[in-house]
Amino acid sequence: MRRRSTFLLTAMCFGFAFLYVPILSLIVYSFNESRLVTVWGGFSTRWYGELLRDEQVLEAALLSLQIGVVTATAAVLLGTLAGLLLARFGRFRGRLLFSGMVSAPLVMPEVITGLSLLLLFVSAEQLIGWPSGRGMDTITIAHITFCMAYVAVIVQSRLSSLDESMEEAAMDLGARPAKVFLVITLPIIAPALISGWLLAFTLSLDDLVIASFVSGPGSSTLPMVIFSKVRLGVSPDINALATIIILIVTVFVIIAGVLMSRQEKARARDAQRALQTQD
Amino acid sequence: MSDSAAPPESVAERRYLKSARRRIGRLGGHGGRGLVIAIPYLWLAFFFLLPFLIVFAISLSEAAIARPPFKLVEDLGYGLYQVTVNLGNYLFLLTDSLYLVAYLNSVKIAAISTLVALLIGYPIAYGIARTGRAWRNILLLLIILPFWTSFLLRVYAWIGILRDNGLINNFLLWLGVIDQPLPLLYNDFSVYIGIVYSYLPFMVLPLYANLERLDPSLLEAAADLGCPPWKSFLTVTLPLSLPGIVAGCLLVFIPAVGEFVIPALLGGPDTLMIGRVLWNEFFGNRDWPVASAVAIAMLLLLVVPIMIFQRYQMKEGTR
Repeated sequence: MRRRSTFLLTAMCFGFAFLYVPILSLIVYSFNESRLVTVWGGFSTRWYGELLRDEQVLEAALLSLQIGVVTATAAVLLGTLAGLLLARFGRFRGRLLFSGMVSAPLVMPEVITGLSLLLLFVSAEQLIGWPSGRGMDTITIAHITFCMAYVAVIVQSRLSSLDESMEEAAMDLGARPAKVFLVITLPIIAPALISGWLLAFTLSLDDLVIASFVSGPGSSTLPMVIFSKVRLGVSPDINALATIIILIVTVFVIIAGVLMSRQEKARARDAQRALQTQD
Repeated sequence: MSDSAAPPESVAERRYLKSARRRIGRLGGHGGRGLVIAIPYLWLAFFFLLPFLIVFAISLSEAAIARPPFKLVEDLGYGLYQVTVNLGNYLFLLTDSLYLVAYLNSVKIAAISTLVALLIGYPIAYGIARTGRAWRNILLLLIILPFWTSFLLRVYAWIGILRDNGLINNFLLWLGVIDQPLPLLYNDFSVYIGIVYSYLPFMVLPLYANLERLDPSLLEAAADLGCPPWKSFLTVTLPLSLPGIVAGCLLVFIPAVGEFVIPALLGGPDTLMIGRVLWNEFFGNRDWPVASAVAIAMLLLLVVPIMIFQRYQMKEGTR
């Protein structure tokens, strides 16, 4: 027994080191004075300054953030409807096709999704004149489509782990479905919606392949700019950018983790209190 | 219903009531139902399903020097149109060995990476599932955290580690183990590392979700009956975690087959993967019909694993 647990411990340490050494190396070398990324030339923040003066990067970052916010919001709206459909609507015509369309984007290779959406936009433009040209709008639509699938899966799994009895009770008492959804279902799945929004936002901010297919001239997202820089080799200002992103994400994830565990504790306490008062 | 004076309902009665409610009193049981179904349905039909049909149609067209660069429907004038169906693109895929090699290579790289990810991911997932509650959430957070940071930048990090004067080579040179830098970057090896690294969380999370549900009393029973730990692992834990293994492997394998970013950044010029071939066909050669044919062929290759994945998803959804 002891031997296996030391084996487990080593395996876990190795696994976590594997996950984190590359990230740490990015952070460390972002403070390197030398342009040669692997030669340590002393501590410096000059690459951060250079990054903040790079207009191409800033413009792309702004565009990516805009697309990300719109995408995440729309994906949560559509994905919640889709998740509700799958978890609470029972049978309806075309359910099998629908559940297929919801889960397929999760695993579909990005090159296929990107190519197919581009061809759709091109054909639609020829037939009905919309969308005229490609850019922010087409990228946003493409992102909404694959992000809503993630939201739908999160919402569905949250709903199916929940007892329907509260919704049923409200309906027995005469509440209309729309009201039941707003007053009961929505507050219960709110945490799932928040994590869905954040996930959609991150996925949109992170996507290179699909955006490359459906973007037009003059609308380069942040990953597209990073990719074109990185392709030419290592550049220290990208390390600085990576460090900033990692910092923001870490802060957010820690806050989310603390909030969630606090909420879980509060819920457990409420449940216990409810049981006690019932007796 | 929950009137405490009423006698407890029998199981059959309760079941009847539940199914009756299901018919009349569900969230989706009243007006507005059609609208709620229609919105996401139409969105996905228009932006997910229809594009595939278009890709299929264009894969049957001919390349042309035009904008857009293909010819499917020809306007003959007088309101007449001619649709040319052309299987030439598919024939081209079969005859030019580049595509076949790229396909086989993609499957090989994806399969080996999946296996390695399983070997690394299983002990991690198992270890997390057996950790105490307080630490478990932190470890899970640590698994998820890299997933939230940029995928592109995490792949890029490996360039700095693997290249000739990168971290590993410098370290080994300093140790004196080698006197020439090892060729670690721009070959198949670096692509394997990149895929395993990027997709490891996708392997660990479904495995963890499965192993966490495993009833520890089963293992205790096996131990009480004199079963050595390794044997109870092989005969109890491993078979019970099979659904998690299948889910994790599919979540790694399917996207890895079509991966573009990792072979483009870490692979060498001879690292052929089908996602990269499609990209080059589209952006480099601007041959949209052949790119579409490559996409359709890739889809055919993935249709079976995707179906298995969907069945698994549905089972999870109803649980």
